[in-house]
Amino acid sequence: MINGISINYYLLLSTVLFIIGAVGVMARRNSIIIFMCIELMLNAVNLLLVAFSTLHSDANGQVFVFFIMAVAAAEVAVGLAILSMIYRNVKSIDTDLLSNLKN
Amino acid sequence: MLGYTITQWIFGILSFLSIMFGLMVVFSRNPVNSVLYLVLTFFCIAGHYLLLNAQFLAVVHIVVYAGAIMVLFLFVIMLMNLNQDSEPQKTWLTKIIAGVAGGMMLFVLVGSLKGSEQLGLNSYGSSQIGLVKNLGKVLFTEFLFPFEIASILLLAALVGSIMIGKKEIK
Repeated sequence: MINGISINYYLLLSTVLFIIGAVGVMARRNSIIIFMCIELMLNAVNLLLVAFSTLHSDANGQVFVFFIMAVAAAEVAVGLAILSMIYRNVKSIDTDLLSNLKN
Repeated sequence: MLGYTITQWIFGILSFLSIMFGLMVVFSRNPVNSVLYLVLTFFCIAGHYLLLNAQFLAVVHIVVYAGAIMVLFLFVIMLMNLNQDSEPQKTWLTKIIAGVAGGMMLFVLVGSLKGSEQLGLNSYGSSQIGLVKNLGKVLFTEFLFPFEIASILLLAALVGSIMIGKKEIK
C-alpha cells in the first residue's frame, strides 16, 4: 500500500495505459501519432517504476525514470528530424505509403 | 466519503482522466487534438508522481514532456500542415484486428498480474526519496557514469538531428 493505495491498482493503470499505446501504434497510419503512442507506452512504464520505487523506498527506480526521460527526449528529437526529412522528400508521413523497403 | 480516503479519491480521478485522455489521443482524428490530449495525459501522470511523493520527477516530467517534447511535436505538425481531419485511415478490418490484439494483450497481462497480491512487500519507510536532495545524492554518486553517458547521448542526438534535418548535404 502506498498512501492507502494498493500496488495492484498502479499495475492495472500502467497496463491499461501501455495497451492504449500499443493499440494506437497498431491502428493508426500517421507516423506522428505512432510516435506519440510510443511516448504513452514509455510513460506507462515510468509510472510503474516510480510506484515500485516508492513502495520499496528505493531511489534507484526514480533515477531510472530520469534516464528514460533523457533517452525519450533524444529519441523524439532524432525521430522528428527523420520524419520531417521524409516529409520533405515524399510529401507524406503515411506509414502505408512508406513501405518501399517491402518490395 | 464512502469509506475512501481523499488520496484514494484523487488516485481514482487521476487514473480515470489519464485513461480517458489516453484513449482520446488514439481516437481523435486531428493530430493537433491528439497532441493536446497527450499533454493532458502527461499532466495527469505528473499528478500521479506527486501522489507517489516523487516531487522532483513530477516537475521534470512537466518540464521535459509537456514543455519540450510536446512543443516539438506541435511544431512539426504545424510545419507539415497536418492540422486537418481528412487524413487517411486504416481499414476497419485492421482497426478491429488491432483492437482484438490489444484486448488479448490486456487479458494476458491482467491475468498474469492476478497472482501478485502475494508479493508481501511491507517496506513503506521514508517518503523523502523523491526529493531533489536525496535523488541528487544517488544520481551523482552511484549513477555518475550513466549520467555522463546520458549527456553524450543528448549531444549526439542534437548533432544527429541537425545533420538529418539539413536541407542538403554537400
